[in-house]
Amino acid sequence: MEFTETHVEGLKELLYKMADDLLIIGHRNSEWTGLGPMLEEDIAFSSMAQDKVGQSLALFELLHELGESDPDTVAFTRNDNQFHCSQLVELPIGEYDFSMVRHFFFDHAEAIRFEMLANSVFEPLSMVARKFKGEIKYHTMHADIFMQKLAAGGEESFSRMQNSINETFGLALGMFEPGKYEEALIESGIFGGEAELQQRWLDKVVPLLESFGYVVPKVESTAPAFGGRNGIHTPHLQPLLDEMTEVFSIDPGADW
Amino acid sequence: MIVKSLDPRIERAALDDESKIGELNVHEHFETYEVFQQVKRGTHHQHVGNVHAPNAEMAMLFAKEQYCRRGAAVNLWVVATSNVYVTEYVDADIFETTEDKLYRDPNSYKVMDRINAYKARTSKV
Repeated sequence: MEFTETHVEGLKELLYKMADDLLIIGHRNSEWTGLGPMLEEDIAFSSMAQDKVGQSLALFELLHELGESDPDTVAFTRNDNQFHCSQLVELPIGEYDFSMVRHFFFDHAEAIRFEMLANSVFEPLSMVARKFKGEIKYHTMHADIFMQKLAAGGEESFSRMQNSINETFGLALGMFEPGKYEEALIESGIFGGEAELQQRWLDKVVPLLESFGYVVPKVESTAPAFGGRNGIHTPHLQPLLDEMTEVFSIDPGADW
Repeated sequence: MIVKSLDPRIERAALDDESKIGELNVHEHFETYEVFQQVKRGTHHQHVGNVHAPNAEMAMLFAKEQYCRRGAAVNLWVVATSNVYVTEYVDADIFETTEDKLYRDPNSYKVMDRINAYKARTSKV
């Protein structure tokens, strides 16, 4: 089909928020490298963080094909108010309970988003979505098993996890902040939209968490942490960007 | 004393030498699981190493990243090391054989191994 200008703008908005989410969560989770709770988990969590950055690169490349700057420039030269990541992903890693709950919430949303995009009429995106299917499946499998085992890991473990779920739920809902082009994306068949994604995500994560024994806060009584998609961020994002872009800022032409 | 480092990750960890360094007690480590990887459907699972894990499911998660993150697998087995029944090295003499039993030497099998390895190398996974 012919894409109108609105479709292309909507597509870019979609790609930017996905790519930024993945880049930032990848960077955040890589902060655990060397500090994980045990060697094997350190390697697994670091490896998944690396996967996320790789996935973001694939999306930045699609943006480049649509006329945006090259991936390095886009990733390393913007300030926080030019980033479209959700506030969920930019928060510091905190303790392992928070990082694990964020990993669980984020990765299930990502898995469903990619599942929806596997049938996108924008073929380059559907190809990217299909390419990472197995990778993301492992990520959700990892999150599920940890959430389940930590629910059954004794009183302290359960209450830490439950508290993190309570604190993170509204942040997670912020991932589904509607964009300006929802209708255009839906009617063109590019993407099924944030509302559908949120519903499918709830249908997935709520029964799962309940089956592990957790109590999930009610959507109706939880304020979603919106703003990130429009460049409104917590004070935590800019320091992350400063650190992430340190090498690039010293020598933008460096080969590494 | 807080450890000062140029690495921001170390800074964030706030490694405080009084509160963070504990004593390591017996049984503080998770048990180990032996990992067997199958590189192609229909072939034998082969032992590739082990992982520490608190349970079999997590052992599977760790084994996948430890031993298969470069994609060369279709299936994994993890078995608690404590479930492996082992012979004693003092009994290694049970494996000795005498020269007059050459008829038991599976020379032809060795050739088959090489043929199979060649087939595996040349056929598509």
